[in-house]
Amino acid sequence: MKTAIKSEKVSSKRKVNDAFIGKGKGKGKGTILIVKLLIHCISITPLVIIYMQAFTGHLLGDPVEQLIHFTGIGAFNLLLITLCVSPLAKKFGLHFLMKVRRLLGLYSFFYALLHLSNFLAFDLQFDGALFISEVIKRPYITVGMLAFMILTMLAITSHNQLKKKMGKQWQSLHNCSYFIVLLVSVHFYWSVKSELTSPLFYAGLTLLILLLRYKKLKNLISSRFSQ
Amino acid sequence: MLFKNFFKSALSESDVTDENIYRQRRELLTKMGYLGAGALVSGLSPYGHANWFSGDKKPNFVTSDLTYKAAENISGQLLTSEEKVTTHNNFYEFGSQKHQPFELSQQFKVNPWQLKVSGECDKPFTLDYDDLFKRFELEERIYRLRCVEAWSMVIPWQGFSLANLLKQASPNSKAKYVVFETLHDPEQMPGQANRRLGGGIQYPYTEGLRIDEAMNSLTLLSVGLYGKTLPPQNGAPIRLVVPWKYGFKSIKSIVSIKLVSSPPQTTWNQLAPQEYGFYANVNPMHDHPRWSQATERRITGNGLFAASRINTLPFNGYGEQVAHLYKGMDLHKYY
Repeated sequence: MKTAIKSEKVSSKRKVNDAFIGKGKGKGKGTILIVKLLIHCISITPLVIIYMQAFTGHLLGDPVEQLIHFTGIGAFNLLLITLCVSPLAKKFGLHFLMKVRRLLGLYSFFYALLHLSNFLAFDLQFDGALFISEVIKRPYITVGMLAFMILTMLAITSHNQLKKKMGKQWQSLHNCSYFIVLLVSVHFYWSVKSELTSPLFYAGLTLLILLLRYKKLKNLISSRFSQ
Repeated sequence: MLFKNFFKSALSESDVTDENIYRQRRELLTKMGYLGAGALVSGLSPYGHANWFSGDKKPNFVTSDLTYKAAENISGQLLTSEEKVTTHNNFYEFGSQKHQPFELSQQFKVNPWQLKVSGECDKPFTLDYDDLFKRFELEERIYRLRCVEAWSMVIPWQGFSLANLLKQASPNSKAKYVVFETLHDPEQMPGQANRRLGGGIQYPYTEGLRIDEAMNSLTLLSVGLYGKTLPPQNGAPIRLVVPWKYGFKSIKSIVSIKLVSSPPQTTWNQLAPQEYGFYANVNPMHDHPRWSQATERRITGNGLFAASRINTLPFNGYGEQVAHLYKGMDLHKYY
C-alpha cells in the first residue's frame, strides 16, 4: 500500500518534470508564441521610448541617472519575474510558462548589460581606470558587478546545445540565480542615498521568492556542507 | 450595440466631442497606456515621464527680470543652459528625483515671504519679499556648482554677499556659527508631507556655516539666476550659494538665518555623518564612501552627450579665496 502511494508520487513528479523539459502537452505552440511576443513588446518598448527621449534631450532631470536607474530596476524586475515562473508553473499547472523562462532571463541580462553600459559610457564616460577602481573600492558596485558576471555565465550557457553538453552541471550552475537575486537586492539597498522604502520592498520580494524554494535551497545548502 | 455604432459610424469621435475634451481623453489614454507598459518593467518608479504625457498642465511659475551689476565670465567656462539649471535639481522638498522639483513646484507661493535674521546679534531684523530684492545692491556671480553626487554646472547667479546681510544684524562676540533653515510647509512642499517622495530626510532642512565662512566674500545669498528671480525648484525666493562646498550646503528657500555660539546640527550630516561632513568642502582627495570625488560630470545642456568628465579641483577651484580658512586642519578628518 505504502509503496503504491510512493510510486504514484514519483510518477506525478516525473510528469511535472517532463512538462518542464518541454515534452508535456499543455498549451499549444500558438500560446507560447503569443506570450513570447508579449514579452518582447513589454521589454523593448519602454527601452526604445526612454533612450529616444534621452538621445533627443527630452528627458528632464538627469538623463544619465534616469537611464541607469531605469535599466537597473528593469533588470531586477525581470529577474524576479523569471524566478516566479517555476513556482507559478508548479502551483497553477501553467507549465507552458517554462517555455518562456529563458527569454525572460535573457531580457534581465540585456537590461543588466545596458545598466552597466550606461554607467560606463554616460556617467564615467569610458574612464576605464576609474571604472576598475570604483568596482574594487565601492562595495555596492563590487556586489553588482559580481551579480552581473554570474548572470553573464547563465546567459551564455542558456543555449540548448550547451545545456545538453553540460548535463547535471548546468542545473547547479543555474541554481546560482538565487545567489544573484540576493546580490542584486544588496546592491540596490547599498546604492540608495536616503529613502529605503523601495530597496526594502524589493528585498522583501526577493526573500518571498526564495522562501517559495525553501526545501530546494535547504537541500542545496545541506548537500554543499556534507560534501 | 456598442460595436455596431463603432463600426457603422462615419464620424470619428473628435467630430462629436469638444476638441479640448477629446484631446484630454487622448492624453489620458496615452498616459495610462504608457504607464501600464512602463510600470511592469520599471516597477514602483516611473522615472521622468509624467511630465511628458500630463494632460492637465498648470501654468509654470512666473519669474521676473532683475536689475543688477553684470559680471564677466572670467573663467571662460561654458555656462550650463538655463533649461538644464531649472530642470535638473536636488530639492527633496519637491521630490527626491532630479526632474521632480521642476514638475512639483510650479504652484509654490513666494510672496508674501519672511526671512528672519536673529540669534547672537544686536540688531535682529526680518526681511519681507520686496526687501529681498531692494535692501541690498544686486550683483552677478558666475560660479561653478559641484554636487556631492559628482556632477557639476556653471551658473550665473544674481544676489548679494551674505556678509552684507550679517553686518546689518551686528553679530556679537558669541556668534561663532550661522544656521539656515528652509521653509517648512507640507501643504506646499509635497516632499515634506510624504516620506517616500521626500527621500526620508528630516524637515525643515537645516544647514550651517562657521562665521568666517559665512563672512567670506564668495558666500552669496542668491535671489535670481540668468537675470530673473529664482524659480521654486532653484530655491525661490532666496537661497544660499557657497561655491567651494558641495551643493547640499547651498540651502534653498530660506526663512531663517540665526547666529549661534555652538556647532549646529545639519540635515545630511545628521542622516549619514560618515558620508556627509559639516564642512563638505569640495575635495578630490577625500572620496565619498560610495563613489570617487576625484572627477565630476560637467553638465552643460540637455541630452546624453552635453556632459564631459573633468577633474575636480580642491575647494572647487576657489582655493585662493578660501583655503586659508582651513589652515592647519586635517581635511580628511573635517571632511
